[in-house]
Amino acid sequence: MPDRIENISVQLKVNGKSYSRTLEPRKLLVEFLREDLDLTGTHVGCDTTYCGACTVLLNGAAVKSCTMFAVQADGAEILTVEGLEKNGELHPIQKAFGDCYGLQCGYCTPGLMLSTVQLLSQNQQPSEKEMRKAIAGNTCRCTGYQNILKAIQAAAQNMKGA
Amino acid sequence: MLAQLGDDAKLLAGGQSLIPLMKLRFANPTHLVDLNFIFGASYIKEDKDAFRFGAITRHAEIESSAAIGKIPILHDCAAGIADVQVRNRGTIGGSLAEADPSGDWATVLFTLSAEVRCLGTSGERTVSVSDFIKDAYTTVLANDELVSEVAVKIPPKGSGGAYLAFKRSAPVYPTASAAVQLRMEGDICQDAAIALGCVGLTPIRARDAEAAVRGQALTEKTMARAIEAVRAAADPQSDMRGSANYKRVVVGALVKRATEIAVRRARGERVEVGHVYA
Repeated sequence: MPDRIENISVQLKVNGKSYSRTLEPRKLLVEFLREDLDLTGTHVGCDTTYCGACTVLLNGAAVKSCTMFAVQADGAEILTVEGLEKNGELHPIQKAFGDCYGLQCGYCTPGLMLSTVQLLSQNQQPSEKEMRKAIAGNTCRCTGYQNILKAIQAAAQNMKGA
Repeated sequence: MLAQLGDDAKLLAGGQSLIPLMKLRFANPTHLVDLNFIFGASYIKEDKDAFRFGAITRHAEIESSAAIGKIPILHDCAAGIADVQVRNRGTIGGSLAEADPSGDWATVLFTLSAEVRCLGTSGERTVSVSDFIKDAYTTVLANDELVSEVAVKIPPKGSGGAYLAFKRSAPVYPTASAAVQLRMEGDICQDAAIALGCVGLTPIRARDAEAAVRGQALTEKTMARAIEAVRAAADPQSDMRGSANYKRVVVGALVKRATEIAVRRARGERVEVGHVYA
Protein backbone atom coordinates (compact mmCIF):
# COMPACT_ATOMS: atom_id res chain seq x y z
CA MET A 1 0.00 0.00 0.00
CA PRO A 2 1.17 3.54 -0.63
CA ASP A 3 1.85 5.55 2.56
CA ARG A 4 -0.89 7.99 1.90
CA ILE A 5 -3.94 7.89 -0.33
CA GLU A 6 -4.82 11.24 -1.73
CA ASN A 7 -8.44 12.19 -1.95
CA ILE A 8 -9.71 13.37 -5.28
CA SER A 9 -12.01 16.31 -6.02
CA VAL A 10 -14.97 15.59 -8.21
CA GLN A 11 -17.88 17.56 -9.58
CA LEU A 12 -20.94 15.77 -10.81
CA LYS A 13 -24.66 16.14 -11.21
CA VAL A 14 -27.05 13.76 -9.51
CA ASN A 15 -30.73 14.02 -10.41
CA GLY A 16 -30.11 17.48 -11.84
CA LYS A 17 -28.36 18.83 -8.74
CA SER A 18 -24.64 19.71 -8.83
CA TYR A 19 -22.28 18.41 -6.18
CA SER A 20 -18.59 19.12 -5.52
CA ARG A 21 -16.95 16.64 -3.20
CA THR A 22 -13.52 15.39 -2.24
CA LEU A 23 -13.60 11.61 -2.19
CA GLU A 24 -11.46 8.65 -1.35
CA PRO A 25 -10.61 7.14 -4.74
CA ARG A 26 -11.66 3.66 -3.63
CA LYS A 27 -15.23 4.71 -2.81
CA LEU A 28 -17.73 3.03 -5.10
CA LEU A 29 -20.36 5.10 -6.86
CA VAL A 30 -23.15 3.28 -5.02
CA GLU A 31 -21.51 4.00 -1.65
CA PHE A 32 -21.22 7.66 -2.57
CA LEU A 33 -24.88 7.84 -3.56
CA ARG A 34 -26.16 6.00 -0.50
CA GLU A 35 -23.80 7.17 2.23
CA ASP A 36 -22.71 10.65 1.17
CA LEU A 37 -25.87 11.85 -0.57
CA ASP A 38 -28.39 9.74 1.42
CA LEU A 39 -29.94 8.54 -1.84
CA THR A 40 -30.72 5.10 -0.46
CA GLY A 41 -33.13 4.17 -3.25
CA THR A 42 -30.17 2.69 -5.13
CA HIS A 43 -29.68 -0.73 -3.56
CA VAL A 44 -26.77 -3.08 -3.11
CA GLY A 45 -27.87 -6.62 -3.84
CA CYS A 46 -24.99 -8.91 -4.70
CA ASP A 47 -22.05 -6.50 -4.82
CA THR A 48 -20.55 -8.78 -7.50
CA THR A 49 -21.77 -7.16 -10.75
CA TYR A 50 -24.55 -9.71 -11.13
CA CYS A 51 -27.91 -8.57 -9.83
CA GLY A 52 -28.37 -5.01 -11.10
CA ALA A 53 -30.11 -3.69 -7.96
CA CYS A 54 -27.56 -0.84 -8.00
CA THR A 55 -28.33 0.19 -11.59
CA VAL A 56 -28.24 3.95 -12.20
CA LEU A 57 -27.94 5.98 -15.38
CA LEU A 58 -24.52 7.49 -16.14
CA ASN A 59 -24.97 10.10 -18.87
CA GLY A 60 -28.08 8.22 -19.96
CA ALA A 61 -26.54 4.73 -19.98
CA ALA A 62 -27.49 2.07 -17.42
CA VAL A 63 -24.51 1.02 -15.31
CA LYS A 64 -24.01 -1.02 -12.15
CA SER A 65 -22.99 1.58 -9.59
CA CYS A 66 -21.30 -1.08 -7.45
CA THR A 67 -18.84 -1.67 -10.29
CA MET A 68 -17.56 1.83 -10.74
CA PHE A 69 -15.62 4.20 -8.50
CA ALA A 70 -17.36 7.42 -7.57
CA VAL A 71 -14.39 9.47 -8.80
CA GLN A 72 -14.94 7.98 -12.26
CA ALA A 73 -18.22 9.87 -12.41
CA ASP A 74 -16.37 13.20 -12.35
CA GLY A 75 -18.14 15.52 -14.78
CA ALA A 76 -20.98 13.07 -15.34
CA GLU A 77 -24.73 13.25 -14.90
CA ILE A 78 -26.24 10.53 -12.76
CA LEU A 79 -29.90 9.62 -12.56
CA THR A 80 -31.15 7.53 -9.64
CA VAL A 81 -34.65 6.37 -8.78
CA GLU A 82 -35.10 9.49 -6.63
CA GLY A 83 -34.78 11.59 -9.79
CA LEU A 84 -37.65 9.90 -11.63
CA GLU A 85 -40.48 11.68 -9.82
CA LYS A 86 -41.19 15.21 -11.06
CA ASN A 87 -43.09 17.79 -8.96
CA GLY A 88 -44.71 15.13 -6.82
CA GLU A 89 -45.87 13.20 -9.89
CA LEU A 90 -44.62 9.67 -10.35
CA HIS A 91 -42.73 8.97 -13.57
CA PRO A 92 -44.84 6.93 -16.04
CA ILE A 93 -42.46 4.00 -15.50
CA GLN A 94 -42.96 4.15 -11.72
CA LYS A 95 -46.70 4.36 -12.21
CA ALA A 96 -46.72 1.39 -14.59
CA PHE A 97 -44.71 -0.78 -12.20
CA GLY A 98 -47.33 -0.06 -9.51
CA ASP A 99 -50.35 -0.47 -11.74
CA CYS A 100 -49.14 -3.77 -13.24
CA TYR A 101 -47.88 -5.22 -9.93
CA GLY A 102 -44.40 -5.24 -11.46
CA LEU A 103 -42.90 -5.57 -8.00
CA GLN A 104 -43.32 -7.55 -4.83
CA CYS A 105 -40.62 -6.93 -2.24
CA GLY A 106 -39.36 -3.97 -4.27
CA TYR A 107 -35.65 -4.47 -3.70
CA CYS A 108 -34.76 -4.85 -7.40
CA THR A 109 -37.33 -2.30 -8.57
CA PRO A 110 -35.22 0.88 -8.68
CA GLY A 111 -32.64 -0.89 -10.83
CA LEU A 112 -35.28 -2.36 -13.11
CA MET A 113 -36.94 1.01 -13.58
CA LEU A 114 -33.65 2.64 -14.55
CA SER A 115 -32.88 -0.13 -17.04
CA THR A 116 -36.37 0.58 -18.41
CA VAL A 117 -35.55 4.29 -18.72
CA GLN A 118 -32.55 3.47 -20.90
CA LEU A 119 -34.56 1.00 -23.00
CA LEU A 120 -37.45 3.37 -23.66
CA SER A 121 -35.12 6.28 -24.39
CA GLN A 122 -33.68 4.26 -27.29
CA ASN A 123 -36.69 2.22 -28.34
CA GLN A 124 -40.20 3.50 -27.80
CA GLN A 125 -41.91 0.29 -28.91
CA PRO A 126 -39.77 -2.59 -27.70
CA SER A 127 -40.70 -6.16 -28.61
CA GLU A 128 -40.88 -8.76 -25.85
CA LYS A 129 -37.44 -10.02 -26.90
CA GLU A 130 -36.00 -6.53 -26.69
CA MET A 131 -37.56 -6.01 -23.27
CA ARG A 132 -36.11 -9.28 -22.00
CA LYS A 133 -32.69 -8.37 -23.33
CA ALA A 134 -32.87 -4.93 -21.71
CA ILE A 135 -33.55 -6.33 -18.23
CA ALA A 136 -31.30 -9.39 -18.48
CA GLY A 137 -28.92 -7.67 -16.08
CA ASN A 138 -31.57 -7.15 -13.40
CA THR A 139 -32.37 -10.06 -11.13
CA CYS A 140 -35.80 -10.29 -9.49
CA ARG A 141 -36.42 -13.19 -7.13
CA CYS A 142 -40.12 -12.46 -6.43
CA THR A 143 -42.15 -11.74 -9.52
CA GLY A 144 -41.06 -14.22 -12.16
CA TYR A 145 -40.70 -11.19 -14.46
CA GLN A 146 -44.10 -11.51 -16.19
CA ASN A 147 -45.59 -8.47 -14.51
CA ILE A 148 -42.37 -6.55 -14.97
CA LEU A 149 -42.65 -7.10 -18.73
CA LYS A 150 -46.28 -5.96 -18.58
CA ALA A 151 -45.19 -2.86 -16.67
CA ILE A 152 -42.53 -1.99 -19.25
CA GLN A 153 -45.07 -2.41 -22.02
CA ALA A 154 -47.61 -0.25 -20.20
CA ALA A 155 -44.97 2.41 -19.56
CA ALA A 156 -44.04 2.40 -23.26
CA GLN A 157 -47.72 2.90 -24.13
CA ASN A 158 -48.18 5.73 -21.64
CA MET A 159 -45.01 7.50 -22.70
CA LYS A 160 -45.88 7.50 -26.39
CA GLY A 161 -45.95 11.03 -27.67
CA ALA A 162 -44.65 12.33 -24.36
CA MET B 1 3.30 6.66 -15.93
CA LEU B 2 3.17 2.85 -15.68
CA ALA B 3 6.97 2.76 -15.87
CA GLN B 4 7.11 5.19 -12.92
CA LEU B 5 4.58 3.36 -10.77
CA GLY B 6 6.19 -0.04 -11.17
CA ASP B 7 4.85 -3.57 -11.05
CA ASP B 8 1.95 -3.00 -8.66
CA ALA B 9 0.10 -0.59 -10.89
CA LYS B 10 -2.91 -1.73 -12.85
CA LEU B 11 -4.79 -0.14 -15.69
CA LEU B 12 -8.51 0.39 -15.23
CA ALA B 13 -10.53 0.19 -18.43
CA GLY B 14 -14.25 -0.63 -18.12
CA GLY B 15 -13.66 -2.16 -14.70
CA GLN B 16 -16.34 -4.81 -15.11
CA SER B 17 -13.87 -7.57 -14.22
CA LEU B 18 -11.13 -5.71 -12.37
CA ILE B 19 -13.40 -4.04 -9.81
CA PRO B 20 -15.13 -7.32 -8.82
CA LEU B 21 -11.68 -8.96 -8.61
CA MET B 22 -10.47 -6.17 -6.34
CA LYS B 23 -13.50 -6.61 -4.08
CA LEU B 24 -12.57 -10.28 -3.72
CA ARG B 25 -8.94 -9.24 -3.08
CA PHE B 26 -7.87 -11.41 -6.01
CA ALA B 27 -6.43 -8.22 -7.42
CA ASN B 28 -4.74 -5.83 -5.02
CA PRO B 29 -3.03 -3.12 -7.05
CA THR B 30 -1.19 -0.34 -5.24
CA HIS B 31 -2.03 2.11 -8.00
CA LEU B 32 -4.91 2.20 -10.43
CA VAL B 33 -4.55 4.23 -13.59
CA ASP B 34 -7.96 5.08 -15.01
CA LEU B 35 -7.92 5.06 -18.81
CA ASN B 36 -11.50 6.28 -19.13
CA PHE B 37 -10.55 9.93 -19.19
CA ILE B 38 -8.16 9.59 -22.15
CA PHE B 39 -9.73 11.60 -24.91
CA GLY B 40 -9.94 9.78 -28.23
CA ALA B 41 -9.28 6.23 -26.98
CA SER B 42 -12.78 5.12 -27.94
CA TYR B 43 -13.56 4.93 -31.65
CA ILE B 44 -14.61 2.65 -34.48
CA LYS B 45 -12.93 3.44 -37.80
CA GLU B 46 -13.44 1.71 -41.10
CA ASP B 47 -10.44 1.50 -43.40
CA LYS B 48 -10.42 0.03 -46.88
CA ASP B 49 -10.04 -3.54 -45.65
CA ALA B 50 -10.28 -3.40 -41.85
CA PHE B 51 -12.11 -2.05 -38.82
CA ARG B 52 -10.09 -0.41 -36.09
CA PHE B 53 -11.42 -0.23 -32.55
CA GLY B 54 -9.93 2.08 -29.91
CA ALA B 55 -9.04 0.15 -26.77
CA ILE B 56 -11.68 1.88 -24.65
CA THR B 57 -14.51 1.29 -27.13
CA ARG B 58 -17.41 -0.16 -25.11
CA HIS B 59 -19.11 -3.40 -26.10
CA ALA B 60 -22.37 -1.42 -26.42
CA GLU B 61 -20.81 0.97 -28.93
CA ILE B 62 -19.65 -1.95 -31.04
CA GLU B 63 -23.04 -3.66 -30.68
CA SER B 64 -24.89 -0.63 -32.04
CA SER B 65 -22.43 0.40 -34.75
CA ALA B 66 -23.85 -0.09 -38.22
CA ALA B 67 -20.33 -0.60 -39.52
CA ILE B 68 -19.91 -4.09 -38.13
CA GLY B 69 -22.74 -5.36 -40.29
CA LYS B 70 -19.87 -6.46 -42.52
CA ILE B 71 -18.57 -8.83 -39.83
CA PRO B 72 -21.67 -10.29 -38.13
CA ILE B 73 -19.65 -12.44 -35.74
CA LEU B 74 -18.45 -9.24 -34.04
CA HIS B 75 -22.05 -8.31 -33.39
CA ASP B 76 -22.80 -11.76 -31.92
CA CYS B 77 -19.98 -11.16 -29.49
CA ALA B 78 -20.59 -7.51 -28.58
CA ALA B 79 -24.35 -7.96 -28.16
CA GLY B 80 -24.01 -11.14 -26.11
CA ILE B 81 -21.49 -10.15 -23.45
CA ALA B 82 -23.15 -10.20 -20.03
CA ASP B 83 -25.95 -7.59 -19.84
CA VAL B 84 -26.75 -4.03 -20.90
CA GLN B 85 -25.08 -2.47 -17.87
CA VAL B 86 -21.82 -4.37 -18.32
CA ARG B 87 -21.80 -3.71 -22.08
CA ASN B 88 -22.19 0.02 -21.38
CA ARG B 89 -18.92 -0.01 -19.40
CA GLY B 90 -16.81 -2.97 -20.53
CA THR B 91 -14.27 -2.42 -23.31
CA ILE B 92 -12.76 -4.53 -26.09
CA GLY B 93 -9.20 -3.60 -25.07
CA GLY B 94 -9.86 -4.43 -21.42
CA SER B 95 -11.38 -7.79 -22.30
CA LEU B 96 -8.31 -8.78 -24.32
CA ALA B 97 -5.79 -7.45 -21.81
CA GLU B 98 -7.48 -9.35 -18.99
CA ALA B 99 -7.25 -12.59 -20.99
CA ASP B 100 -9.86 -14.35 -18.89
CA PRO B 101 -10.23 -17.90 -20.27
CA SER B 102 -14.00 -17.33 -20.20
CA GLY B 103 -13.87 -13.95 -21.94
CA ASP B 104 -15.73 -13.56 -25.23
CA TRP B 105 -13.63 -11.26 -27.43
CA ALA B 106 -10.46 -13.32 -27.66
CA THR B 107 -12.35 -16.44 -28.77
CA VAL B 108 -14.10 -14.54 -31.55
CA LEU B 109 -11.00 -12.69 -32.70
CA PHE B 110 -9.04 -15.97 -32.90
CA THR B 111 -11.16 -16.81 -35.97
CA LEU B 112 -10.48 -13.52 -37.74
CA SER B 113 -7.39 -11.79 -38.96
CA ALA B 114 -7.07 -9.53 -35.93
CA GLU B 115 -4.19 -7.57 -34.49
CA VAL B 116 -3.62 -5.85 -31.18
CA ARG B 117 -1.64 -2.65 -31.14
CA CYS B 118 0.47 -2.35 -27.99
CA LEU B 119 1.84 1.01 -26.93
CA GLY B 120 4.69 1.37 -24.43
CA THR B 121 7.47 3.69 -23.33
CA SER B 122 9.80 2.13 -25.89
CA GLY B 123 7.40 2.47 -28.79
CA GLU B 124 4.63 0.63 -30.51
CA ARG B 125 4.23 -2.93 -31.77
CA THR B 126 1.49 -4.93 -33.38
CA VAL B 127 0.77 -8.50 -32.33
CA SER B 128 -1.75 -10.97 -33.73
CA VAL B 129 -4.50 -11.81 -31.21
CA SER B 130 -3.38 -15.43 -31.00
CA ASP B 131 0.16 -14.34 -30.09
CA PHE B 132 -1.14 -11.64 -27.75
CA ILE B 133 -2.85 -14.15 -25.40
CA LYS B 134 -0.15 -16.28 -23.79
CA ASP B 135 -1.97 -18.09 -21.03
CA ALA B 136 -4.87 -17.69 -18.62
CA TYR B 137 -4.86 -14.03 -17.47
CA THR B 138 -1.51 -13.56 -19.21
CA THR B 139 -0.68 -11.54 -22.31
CA VAL B 140 2.50 -10.39 -24.00
CA LEU B 141 2.01 -6.90 -22.56
CA ALA B 142 5.04 -5.63 -20.65
CA ASN B 143 4.52 -3.68 -17.42
CA ASP B 144 4.86 -0.38 -19.22
CA GLU B 145 2.63 -1.31 -22.16
CA LEU B 146 -1.05 -0.99 -22.86
CA VAL B 147 -3.45 -1.94 -25.63
CA SER B 148 -4.18 1.08 -27.81
CA GLU B 149 -6.18 -0.45 -30.65
CA VAL B 150 -7.62 -3.65 -32.05
CA ALA B 151 -7.71 -4.00 -35.84
CA VAL B 152 -9.89 -6.60 -37.57
CA LYS B 153 -9.59 -7.36 -41.29
CA ILE B 154 -12.85 -7.57 -43.21
CA PRO B 155 -13.12 -11.23 -44.32
CA PRO B 156 -13.09 -11.98 -48.07
CA LYS B 157 -16.24 -12.36 -50.18
CA GLY B 158 -18.24 -15.50 -49.52
CA SER B 159 -17.36 -15.46 -45.81
CA GLY B 160 -19.72 -15.92 -42.90
CA GLY B 161 -19.24 -16.40 -39.21
CA ALA B 162 -21.13 -16.89 -35.97
CA TYR B 163 -20.40 -16.89 -32.26
CA LEU B 164 -22.51 -18.74 -29.72
CA ALA B 165 -22.16 -19.01 -25.98
CA PHE B 166 -24.02 -21.30 -23.62
CA LYS B 167 -24.82 -19.56 -20.35
CA ARG B 168 -26.88 -20.11 -17.21
CA SER B 169 -28.03 -16.50 -17.32
CA ALA B 170 -26.98 -13.26 -18.99
CA PRO B 171 -24.58 -11.79 -16.41
CA VAL B 172 -22.48 -14.94 -15.86
CA TYR B 173 -19.56 -16.24 -17.86
CA PRO B 174 -20.48 -18.92 -20.41
CA THR B 175 -20.15 -22.64 -19.72
CA ALA B 176 -18.66 -22.96 -23.18
CA SER B 177 -18.55 -20.87 -26.34
CA ALA B 178 -17.70 -21.38 -29.99
CA ALA B 179 -16.72 -19.07 -32.83
CA VAL B 180 -16.83 -20.28 -36.43
CA GLN B 181 -15.72 -18.28 -39.45
CA LEU B 182 -16.05 -19.89 -42.91
CA ARG B 183 -15.44 -19.02 -46.55
CA MET B 184 -17.81 -20.85 -48.85
CA GLU B 185 -17.88 -21.37 -52.60
CA GLY B 186 -21.21 -22.90 -53.46
CA ASP B 187 -21.60 -25.85 -51.12
CA ILE B 188 -17.90 -26.28 -50.59
CA CYS B 189 -16.17 -24.85 -47.54
CA GLN B 190 -12.98 -23.26 -48.86
CA ASP B 191 -11.60 -22.09 -45.55
CA ALA B 192 -12.54 -22.42 -41.90
CA ALA B 193 -11.44 -21.07 -38.55
CA ILE B 194 -12.98 -22.60 -35.42
CA ALA B 195 -12.18 -21.32 -31.92
CA LEU B 196 -13.44 -22.73 -28.63
CA GLY B 197 -13.89 -20.60 -25.50
CA CYS B 198 -14.10 -21.45 -21.77
CA VAL B 199 -12.77 -24.95 -22.40
CA GLY B 200 -9.05 -24.33 -21.85
CA LEU B 201 -6.62 -21.81 -20.38
CA THR B 202 -6.84 -19.76 -23.57
CA PRO B 203 -9.20 -19.88 -26.54
CA ILE B 204 -8.40 -23.04 -28.52
CA ARG B 205 -8.21 -23.24 -32.31
CA ALA B 206 -9.71 -26.60 -33.31
CA ARG B 207 -7.22 -27.19 -36.14
CA ASP B 208 -8.21 -30.82 -36.82
CA ALA B 209 -11.84 -29.83 -37.09
CA GLU B 210 -10.92 -27.04 -39.50
CA ALA B 211 -8.97 -29.53 -41.60
CA ALA B 212 -11.97 -31.88 -41.57
CA VAL B 213 -14.27 -29.29 -43.18
CA ARG B 214 -11.80 -27.50 -45.46
CA GLY B 215 -12.42 -28.35 -49.13
CA GLN B 216 -15.53 -30.35 -48.22
CA ALA B 217 -19.26 -30.07 -48.60
CA LEU B 218 -20.62 -29.72 -45.07
CA THR B 219 -22.60 -32.94 -45.06
CA GLU B 220 -23.76 -34.66 -41.91
CA LYS B 221 -20.87 -37.06 -42.15
CA THR B 222 -18.26 -34.29 -42.52
CA MET B 223 -19.77 -32.37 -39.64
CA ALA B 224 -19.78 -35.45 -37.42
CA ARG B 225 -16.05 -35.87 -38.05
CA ALA B 226 -15.44 -32.19 -37.35
CA ILE B 227 -17.44 -32.24 -34.10
CA GLU B 228 -15.50 -35.30 -32.98
CA ALA B 229 -12.31 -33.30 -33.55
CA VAL B 230 -13.76 -30.32 -31.67
CA ARG B 231 -14.44 -32.48 -28.61
CA ALA B 232 -10.92 -33.84 -28.77
CA ALA B 233 -9.41 -30.36 -29.05
CA ALA B 234 -11.30 -29.02 -26.03
CA ASP B 235 -9.43 -29.17 -22.75
CA PRO B 236 -12.04 -28.18 -20.16
CA GLN B 237 -11.95 -28.39 -16.38
CA SER B 238 -14.81 -29.64 -14.25
CA ASP B 239 -16.25 -26.85 -12.12
CA MET B 240 -19.56 -25.38 -10.95
CA ARG B 241 -20.53 -24.76 -14.58
CA GLY B 242 -20.35 -28.46 -15.42
CA SER B 243 -18.11 -31.47 -15.71
CA ALA B 244 -15.33 -31.61 -18.29
CA ASN B 245 -17.25 -34.18 -20.32
CA TYR B 246 -20.41 -32.12 -20.28
CA LYS B 247 -18.51 -29.07 -21.55
CA ARG B 248 -16.98 -31.16 -24.37
CA VAL B 249 -20.47 -32.14 -25.49
CA VAL B 250 -21.77 -28.58 -25.18
CA VAL B 251 -18.90 -27.04 -27.15
CA GLY B 252 -19.37 -29.62 -29.92
CA ALA B 253 -23.05 -28.75 -30.20
CA LEU B 254 -22.24 -25.02 -30.25
CA VAL B 255 -19.78 -25.47 -33.12
CA LYS B 256 -22.42 -27.38 -35.06
CA ARG B 257 -25.03 -24.66 -34.60
CA ALA B 258 -22.56 -21.85 -35.24
CA THR B 259 -21.44 -23.55 -38.46
CA GLU B 260 -25.02 -23.74 -39.71
CA ILE B 261 -25.48 -20.02 -39.08
CA ALA B 262 -22.08 -19.19 -40.60
CA VAL B 263 -23.03 -21.04 -43.81
CA ARG B 264 -26.31 -19.14 -44.10
CA ARG B 265 -24.53 -15.84 -43.52
CA ALA B 266 -21.89 -16.73 -46.11
CA ARG B 267 -24.79 -16.98 -48.58
CA GLY B 268 -25.78 -13.44 -47.65
CA GLU B 269 -28.68 -14.31 -45.36
CA ARG B 270 -29.24 -12.10 -42.35
CA VAL B 271 -29.42 -14.31 -39.31
CA GLU B 272 -29.90 -12.93 -35.84
CA VAL B 273 -28.12 -14.83 -33.12
CA GLY B 274 -28.99 -15.06 -29.48
CA HIS B 275 -26.87 -16.91 -26.99
CA VAL B 276 -28.24 -20.12 -25.57
CA TYR B 277 -29.45 -20.06 -21.99
CA ALA B 278 -29.68 -23.14 -19.82
